Amino acid sequence: MTQFTLYDYVLSGNCYKIRLMAGLLGVAYYTVPVDFYPGHEHRSEPMLALNPSGTLPVLVADDLVLSETQSMLGWLATTFDRSGTWYPVSDANLHAQVLQWLGFSARLTASVGAARLNAMLDWPVDVRAVRAASRKDLDELELLLTDRVFSGRTWLVGEGPTIADIACFPYAALSPDAGFEHDGYPAIRNWLYAVRSLPGFVTMPGIHPLHELREDTHDG
Amino acid sequence: MSREYALNDWYAVGDAQTLARGPRRTVLLEQEVIVSGTTDHPKVVDAEGAAYPATFKYGHVWTSLGDAPRPLFNIPEADEPGRRLVPCGVVRVKCSPLRAVENFLDIAHFPFVHTGILGSEPHTEVAPYKAEIRDDVDEVWATKISFYQPQAAKSAEAGGDTQYLYRVAAPTTAVLYKTCPPKPEAMDVIAIFVQPRTETECDVWPWMALYDETSEYAGLVQFQQEIFLQDRSILENQRPVKLPLDPKMEIPTRADLTSIAYRRWLKSKGAFYGAMTEDA
Repeated sequence: MTQFTLYDYVLSGNCYKIRLMAGLLGVAYYTVPVDFYPGHEHRSEPMLALNPSGTLPVLVADDLVLSETQSMLGWLATTFDRSGTWYPVSDANLHAQVLQWLGFSARLTASVGAARLNAMLDWPVDVRAVRAASRKDLDELELLLTDRVFSGRTWLVGEGPTIADIACFPYAALSPDAGFEHDGYPAIRNWLYAVRSLPGFVTMPGIHPLHELREDTHDG
Repeated sequence: MSREYALNDWYAVGDAQTLARGPRRTVLLEQEVIVSGTTDHPKVVDAEGAAYPATFKYGHVWTSLGDAPRPLFNIPEADEPGRRLVPCGVVRVKCSPLRAVENFLDIAHFPFVHTGILGSEPHTEVAPYKAEIRDDVDEVWATKISFYQPQAAKSAEAGGDTQYLYRVAAPTTAVLYKTCPPKPEAMDVIAIFVQPRTETECDVWPWMALYDETSEYAGLVQFQQEIFLQDRSILENQRPVKLPLDPKMEIPTRADLTSIAYRRWLKSKGAFYGAMTEDA
């Protein structure tokens, strides 16, 4: 049974956050493709009536209409994750750290996400500014993840994956689309690999599956 | 020198949507051009205002910068009644324009790059097929191709063997014909029109002429964009960046027959823009 409707654009890293979270939680949903490019359908009247901010994705579940990915990730985890680990609201410190990273994920969208749209679709942006911000944000992520590695941790918050990882993963993983390769970011690479190894992981263009982790690895 | 042959070919530099949004300032063969006007009267000028020939066909504005343009190739299927013509926008790729075309002609990568859509493991074998340079029309053709695909098109409801034909109509234009799931007696047409910005960067305009009366337009475009953007990250990482035309630099296999014919054809014509060769 489908649990919600996602107004979706296949190349959007923000839409992918929701597809990925739903995949990891095993939640079925209905997709409405929106012609973001080249059609700019997200700015059409019916779409603006649904979401006045004119952004994608939009998540609709009965009367609930969400247009911010952070709130969608929170809603998905609170509604469908019985373990309570994906969004640890009962622990004040963990909860606050997740919110901190959700804020950071919005910065990645504004920097790497914008640089990527420009590099791929010639989207009009202040190229110099978004590329400088992308470099700064990726450097910062690398530093923070290196600290985590030194303290023996894999994930951004606590001991397991949370919605913070899912919020930050897409644009970190897609940075090569904008020409920011991962070669100089060993901590980011390891963390991306950890996310890609999660059961239920789904791909998108630019983020490839881990073929080597397939189950049927017989010799010969 | 490598620009010389390329100057007299035609290139897509805009579509109906870019025209509707006002002038498109872009780069073709390292020269700045501005594309404007309407689909009935498209206009292409350079930074100094000098005009170049411009025509609207196959959903795109075409232009040529040379003094003696070769004729624009014909895609007769574009005029067949009942086909939906679907321009898919433009995607920038930091790769040789010839690499973009060669990748479009390749079947062997389907299971690994377009997993679950155009191919899947263990169905990775490319059965023998035929590739040839057709001197009468001066085009490269690949025929008798059959490949197992989990979802050959947006309109496909199940996996199955898909028949393919490939046609290279110009060094930067390739057209493929493939089994049309809802209309087995016909073939869908998918093309890429590559606009070379430089020898190592291009704007790619995918375009489709399909028999599909049920899929939403947005769904058709996104199906194609998903596939093309899966290729983009691979294309940007191919080395050497330019396409090697001399056989010793990259070792082909049997599955690469079309690529071999394409490279040989480019070499015989002197179409070296985006290529590396000892002949240049």
